[in-house]
Amino acid sequence: MPPAISVKDLRKSFGDFEAVRGVSFEVESGEVFGFLGPNGAGKTTTINMLCTLSKLSGGAATVAGHDVVRARDDVRRHIGLVFQDPTLDGYLTAEQNLRLHAELYGVEKGLVAPRMRQVLEMVGLWERRGAQVLTFSGGMRRRLEIARGLMHSPRVLFLDEPTIGLDPQTRNSIWGYIRQLQESEEITIFMTTHYMDEAEFCGRIAIMDHGEIVALDTPEALKEEVGADRIRIETDDDGAAIEALGVRFGLEAGISEGAVTFAVPDGEEFVPRLFAELGVPIRSVSLSRPTLDDVFMSHTGTTIRDAEESGNKTDKRVAMQMMTGGRR
Amino acid sequence: MSAPAEGVVATAPGTAPPDGTPVVTVRVPARSFRSELRAIKVVWRRELIRFRADRMRIVTSLVQPLLFLFVLGSGLQQLSAASTHGVDLKTFIYPGVLCISVMFTAMFSAASIVWDREFGFLREMMVAPVRRSSIVIGKCCGGATVASLQGVILLALAWAVDVPYSVSLVLGVFGLQLLLAFSITAFGVMAAARVKQMQSFMGLMQLVVMPMFFISGALFPVTDLPGWLAFLNRIDPLTYAVSPMRSLVFGHLDLSKQAEAALNPGITWFGWTVPMALEIFTVFALGMVMLGIAIWEFNSGE
Repeated sequence: MPPAISVKDLRKSFGDFEAVRGVSFEVESGEVFGFLGPNGAGKTTTINMLCTLSKLSGGAATVAGHDVVRARDDVRRHIGLVFQDPTLDGYLTAEQNLRLHAELYGVEKGLVAPRMRQVLEMVGLWERRGAQVLTFSGGMRRRLEIARGLMHSPRVLFLDEPTIGLDPQTRNSIWGYIRQLQESEEITIFMTTHYMDEAEFCGRIAIMDHGEIVALDTPEALKEEVGADRIRIETDDDGAAIEALGVRFGLEAGISEGAVTFAVPDGEEFVPRLFAELGVPIRSVSLSRPTLDDVFMSHTGTTIRDAEESGNKTDKRVAMQMMTGGRR
Repeated sequence: MSAPAEGVVATAPGTAPPDGTPVVTVRVPARSFRSELRAIKVVWRRELIRFRADRMRIVTSLVQPLLFLFVLGSGLQQLSAASTHGVDLKTFIYPGVLCISVMFTAMFSAASIVWDREFGFLREMMVAPVRRSSIVIGKCCGGATVASLQGVILLALAWAVDVPYSVSLVLGVFGLQLLLAFSITAFGVMAAARVKQMQSFMGLMQLVVMPMFFISGALFPVTDLPGWLAFLNRIDPLTYAVSPMRSLVFGHLDLSKQAEAALNPGITWFGWTVPMALEIFTVFALGMVMLGIAIWEFNSGE
């Protein structure tokens, strides 16, 4: 089975700013593939190139077996898109929006109605199909966009930050649709997110930072790679505990958020030894598996939130160059 | 619904999700001339749907032409009575008003492309498997249709300004309006390709549309103008729509020779009277050039 997406040394520059610096990866057919990274890491720029919306500065990419440069239209008819910003016509009804889309893509007339019912029922908007989109809430609009992106049975569905700005309940239901889609249709899903907890739902994730992929694997494998579990203990004498950890176990511990924190490879086996050998009374202990936050930290040396704050400056610069760049 | 030939995985028709209902799978055909025509139709129809939904716009864009026709026309009548050879000023202004009503509405239609960009819908059209030229052409056809429909309302007012109805008048006026509206929409879309914000576009409209209207001769005969105004008038595209429109309407009136000569002298280039066919062709040619530029702009943008 050919890969759904194949990318080789993809690059994009805006003026002298390199937004994407040579990324390569393959997405298998039927996979849910996630792009994880802070704002400004180059995720949307990459998606735009894969969707033929933006020209490549270098490298090559195929989507659904078609080259994004040479066979632009073939790529387009096999992909569905849900953008970060809404792209619905608010003056039209939900149904009119979907019909317009189906017609623009040349969906066979007899199939429009049943397909529309199917996608609208999936996102729970069938009853509201006759209402103007203007009257929809943010979550309903996003769901309608997903339904629209599926109207023409795409091979690959691109979701650019599909859950951004939504309440937890809607986020959950969107993840519900994605899982349901995976079961019922043969579709590959390529999504970007900067929510760590959501990236866990992906089959594989690529961590992107400053226009480069710094890690790519299943969430489990990535976390295993980081290895260490995190243990937090509350003790009667933190200073003594830190010293004891260093002397008896050779561990480097620190105080974080009012508790002694350190990392060990096999946390569960270590806890009994800790109680037996530490010599400082322990009041409570908590053990946590590595999260994707830790993964991100281990590859980039910063947390995703910190990266976002420092990245805002670059963001503005990119935006400026996007506005002026194409017109020189 | 067979699997496409490119050897890509196709969803098997009838694959059942857990709850047992079969999945409806559709297939997007390869791009062809027909799909382009379909795209033009889709964009065109969207303009009509939106026009129908927006009654407010129908009313508001009628206000200005009616003001010119009835307020200015009636108000200045006393001043101008001496020089119009018995023709009511409203009747004189009427062809010009037929043109400007179309112009305002067409510019509004073009403005919606800026609107669509701001609200993202333009992107939805841009990623569809169709040429961008089809989208631009659809937009211009939609704008032309909507504006001409608006023009029909004014056409219905012919009796109020003493112009008798006839089939040839209605068809002729409608045809001219369609052509003018298409050209104006093309002009608007061309401008909209570069303008990213609604406010700027509205400003641009004020800057271009009002001077074009005033200079065009919609409100005055274009003979014996001061040199600077005559020059501006001849390079104003709207002039070439107002003049044939006036000839068309006046052709259905019973006018004296002096009145005809004074009120509808026709456009002259260095003393040569431009024939009506050439005037109409000028509007058409300008429209095509602007359409071409608009398409080029949308193709070259990212």
